[in-house]
Amino acid sequence: MELIEAIILAVLAASTPLLIAATGELVTERSGVLNLGVEGMMIVGAACGFAGAWLTGSVFIGALFGIIAGTMMSLIFALMALGLAVNQVATGLALTILGVGLSGLIGAGFVGERITPAVHLAIPGLTDIPLVGRVLFGEDGFVYFSIALIVGVWWFLYRTRAGLILRACGDNHASAHALGYPVLRIRTFAVMFGGACAGLAGAYLPLAYTPFFIPGMTAGRGWIALALVVFSSWRPGRLVIGAYLFGAVTILQLHAQGWGVGIPSQFMSALPYLATVIVLILLSRARSGGSTAPAALGTVFVPDR
Amino acid sequence: MQLVLEKRAERSGTIALVSPLIAIGLTVVTMIILFAILGKNPLLALHAYFIAPLTDGYSLQEIAVKATPLVMIAIGLSLCYLANAWNIGAEGQFLVGAVAGSWIAVKTQGTDAGAWVLPAMLVLAAAAGALYALIPAICKVKFGASEILTSLMLVYVADLFLDYLVRGPWRDPNGFNFPTTAEFDPVATVPLLIEGGRLHLGSIIALLVVAAAAILLGRTIKGFEIRVVGAAPRAARFGGFNANQLIVLTFAVSGALAGLAGIIEVAGPIGHLQPGISPGYGFTAIIVAFLGRLNPLGILIAGLFLALTFIGGEQAQIAMKIPLDVTKVFQGILLFYVLACDSLILYRFKLSFPNRQVARGTH
Repeated sequence: MELIEAIILAVLAASTPLLIAATGELVTERSGVLNLGVEGMMIVGAACGFAGAWLTGSVFIGALFGIIAGTMMSLIFALMALGLAVNQVATGLALTILGVGLSGLIGAGFVGERITPAVHLAIPGLTDIPLVGRVLFGEDGFVYFSIALIVGVWWFLYRTRAGLILRACGDNHASAHALGYPVLRIRTFAVMFGGACAGLAGAYLPLAYTPFFIPGMTAGRGWIALALVVFSSWRPGRLVIGAYLFGAVTILQLHAQGWGVGIPSQFMSALPYLATVIVLILLSRARSGGSTAPAALGTVFVPDR
Repeated sequence: MQLVLEKRAERSGTIALVSPLIAIGLTVVTMIILFAILGKNPLLALHAYFIAPLTDGYSLQEIAVKATPLVMIAIGLSLCYLANAWNIGAEGQFLVGAVAGSWIAVKTQGTDAGAWVLPAMLVLAAAAGALYALIPAICKVKFGASEILTSLMLVYVADLFLDYLVRGPWRDPNGFNFPTTAEFDPVATVPLLIEGGRLHLGSIIALLVVAAAAILLGRTIKGFEIRVVGAAPRAARFGGFNANQLIVLTFAVSGALAGLAGIIEVAGPIGHLQPGISPGYGFTAIIVAFLGRLNPLGILIAGLFLALTFIGGEQAQIAMKIPLDVTKVFQGILLFYVLACDSLILYRFKLSFPNRQVARGTH
């Protein structure tokens, strides 16, 4: 029983950064922008988040630092890809390369330092319920926030007029522009939201997942988040399933290494990446009838004047 | 105030030529600011980065050695990008090539195997790199899976596989438990060009690759097809060019070149297989490809320039305690400026003042 509870807790913890980062990217892509720089924004968020928490002693302020850092990074992307109409794939790659360097620079002074990680909820009585108590009532704030975030994004995209306009920009920017909507401004906000989420997701790693900062600690999670958006067919509901599935794969391979299954640890560590490739193939194959991606995803838009 | 892009009637040829130089200039200005923020003397730092490595023979050779893998990988990537196929997993193909070639070196170690060893290593490495690159290419054309994500995921897989080999079956029994293979035999080593120097045969191979790419793109139908498929997919379809076939072909070629670069690095300057054989060559090569305007000769120059930043970064770290990550920041900023300046080829940047126009209209 305790083992099952521990596994569920670990899966939730491993899934949360993926879910937060992928939620942000989902909104960005729904507006028609493909920002491949999630990994770069996450890693800068991780470094700045840790720096903020270490300097102020507050995990909350650390998270805010992460959000601000991710947003600033995404603004560079917005300026390039939206303002200057540069190829989005290349710009996203540049953002990741820059982010890896910046995070090393910012985080260099903090390697080896420790902080008090995010506190977990504790409600006397409820949190002590066996099996489900800690899972439901004993998580840290990031986990609850990630769930609120994805529900909020679902409500925004499908139940509000602004969400409808955002999706319209992603499906046909020329028509949205013709109707008088400021396509580039809407997309900039979507990119900034994606950056804020990526920064927060990155900050989660040193603030709650492990209480210290290591250079390169995102370890490809930003890229997995991008794959999750494809996995979800750009739908928030499926994104939740995908994020928890990937968290489960990550944790299961860790446990399998611990149980001493006779497979070298490197092969187990490769599982999440291989799983991503296989899932991408299976989904793309199943979807051969027609793409569910936003129709204008990744295309350059320069308004006529 | 608002930034407005105005499409030019035709590509600006002048800007196409000078845009990399503008980009480098802007990067240098940004770096001066960054050095000042870090509390280092910007002029001394720039000297350490860009001038000092050019002043002694050893560093010059070292630049050529570092440029070799960058140029080889970037040439392959440029073919992909010209054909609008996004291979960003060259780092993984580099590692797989290094592993495949090392397999022969490890298996023939201590035997009296002859001069065939090195050529066999090069061929096997290129083949393995090509096959590894074919995974994302085939997933793309058969199933429509994003080649960007699959090629990148395979980088992590290759990295872990190499790690497993050098910590497990291939570990040097006399290596004091370090995760490394034994030093390769002389027959499994890329020969040096100058006795006692650093320059090796790989640099010549890289130059041949540049020449071959220039001929392919400038003088052959295949090269023309690659350029048309990327620049004008519709026209290419009318022309009967098979875009999928070209994705597979360009991925295979770029994988082969990355694999070849991998084994040359391992059997050349490093001399054995170990984790961390690449300081991100596969990713830096993306910058090299764009900075070189996806043109073979441009890539050669861009490769030498980025190699200079690697060597300069190391010297600046030793001489001025500037963190190595500054080099990565530099490379990232450079790529941003290159892309932004490229936008100038197609567009004119204008600042418009919408509010003022409205005000004028009401008068």
